[in-house]
Amino acid sequence: MKGNEALAEAAIRAGADAYFGYPITPQSEVIEYLMANKPEDRTGMVVLQAESEIAAINMVYGAAGCGKKAMTSSSSPGMSLKQEGISYIAGAELPCLLVNVVRGGPGLGTIQPSQSDYFQSVKGGGHGDYKLIVLAPATVQESVDYVKLGFELAFKYRNPVMIQSDGIIGQMMEKVELFEQMPRVEPNYEWATLGKKTDQPATFITSLQLQAEEQEKVNHRLQAKYREIEKNEVMFEKINCDDAEYLFTAFGSCARITRKAMEMARAKGIKVGLLRPQTLYPFPVDEFNKLADQVKGILCVEMNAGQMVEDVRLSVNGKTRVEHFGRYGGMIPNPDEILNALEQKIIGG
Amino acid sequence: MSENLIKPENLVYQKTEALTDRVMHYCPGCGHGTAHRILAEVIQEMGIMDQTIGVAPVGCSVLAYYYFNVDMQEAAHGRAPAVATGIKRVFPEKFVFTYQGDGDLAAIGTAETIHAINRGENILIVFVNNGIYGMTGGQMAPTTLVGMKSSTSPFGRDTKTMGSPLKITELIAQLPGAYFVTRQAVHKPGNVRKAKKAIRKALEYQKLDKGTCFVEIVSNCPSNWKMTPVQSNKWMEENMFPYYPLGDIKVPEDN
Repeated sequence: MKGNEALAEAAIRAGADAYFGYPITPQSEVIEYLMANKPEDRTGMVVLQAESEIAAINMVYGAAGCGKKAMTSSSSPGMSLKQEGISYIAGAELPCLLVNVVRGGPGLGTIQPSQSDYFQSVKGGGHGDYKLIVLAPATVQESVDYVKLGFELAFKYRNPVMIQSDGIIGQMMEKVELFEQMPRVEPNYEWATLGKKTDQPATFITSLQLQAEEQEKVNHRLQAKYREIEKNEVMFEKINCDDAEYLFTAFGSCARITRKAMEMARAKGIKVGLLRPQTLYPFPVDEFNKLADQVKGILCVEMNAGQMVEDVRLSVNGKTRVEHFGRYGGMIPNPDEILNALEQKIIGG
Repeated sequence: MSENLIKPENLVYQKTEALTDRVMHYCPGCGHGTAHRILAEVIQEMGIMDQTIGVAPVGCSVLAYYYFNVDMQEAAHGRAPAVATGIKRVFPEKFVFTYQGDGDLAAIGTAETIHAINRGENILIVFVNNGIYGMTGGQMAPTTLVGMKSSTSPFGRDTKTMGSPLKITELIAQLPGAYFVTRQAVHKPGNVRKAKKAIRKALEYQKLDKGTCFVEIVSNCPSNWKMTPVQSNKWMEENMFPYYPLGDIKVPEDN
């Protein structure tokens, strides 16, 4: 199946209650698939094409506030528009699933794939101190699996979760194993607006605390939650790291290209491994720190001008050399140039 | 104390359960308190306190969720109709309302307002229009009258550079999704009764899944108009009502 369509099917099967979206290339197949497959008839899931990304994310806020499994998807320029709503959702501590099928920027940019929204997703693209849990699929299969996982994590932590995919994963076709249809669940959360229960105070959802002392308490609670997430939810894949003298790191589609470069390097006798973060937040800090004691250098390969590389550097804290190789603006690196960068920047550098 | 003074048989009016006991932050003489109250009274009278979800805006009524004794969500500035859409779509059987001011509804939230109504979202929108941004301290609103002074139009609203006051209610009444559109006021007992009746009608229509109902309440802002409450009501009658005439703008054809 095509990545975007498989993700849409996974949303129906994950028992999502509502999808609100707005068309944008290269992810419009998500809403097209949902509209064509009538999830309203299959599970009762609501699908609505909003008037803008801003409206869509606020519809997600409303539905999520009712304890429902709500989601939206977009691509980079559209994701920028959603940042206001995402900040409110994070502040009000509502669970929801966001999908960003990243394309090259800045501005209207290009419709070609990119990873240049790493900062926006991982560092909090909206205002205020908040974090999204960010999942980075490298295959269509992972995009499907992360829909289910994403909803689980969102409700576990009452926090927005983002699947940060890109135009490659969204547009390519791969074999995929779909999980069985999960039932939609009637919400029964004390934090959700379900209608006031008699003899209980009304529930309200807000991200506003006019008293600074109270707002600091909210922030303390959020930070404690983020520490918990950092402790529990780090995911990564390690390939050929046991005997590695050098390390590649890359995420998403770029990790697949880098893996090819790793195989080419191994064939030449260069002992290089690959560490692929599957969660961009929480970041595999400890794993990088451990490998920094072992390897002579790390090459971070990204389809951007150097974003994740900053987190790699913070993780290894000067213990080993960290360099970046990137193609951007919608360009995709090839394995030869990645291998060449390893030889020039790390081994020969 | 009052229990001793007023015998139950003489009690003609009491506080509605659909409002909390929290002291409202609204300025003396402001119409918000009355507008809150009649909406809350209708909710209680219809027996739907447990089935109602409200959406508060950004503006003076940003803290409305402290006052209404029903489940509420606080929306980002202008986004209340989108938030209400999200709520109503997943809970079609609940009663959903937004409570918004003129800056929220008719400036930053114009797109959300028009499109929610154009989809005929089965919600009630209560639109309180006092022609000014109250919460932020009296800046020009989309509904500020021509020549009216505000902190961002200190020499009066000049239509050449600032546009004309937006009759958003007449505008949205054109949309097929709008089922019942009316403009009311709450500054005199007769108006309060009429406004309450309009809100009741709107929520009854929601029960019947008729589409968006829109109740504008033209109101005052003594603090930012820099008038006493009495003066502000008089000014409202003399200046606001001619431009924003009270009465029904769109009534159901099948009624």
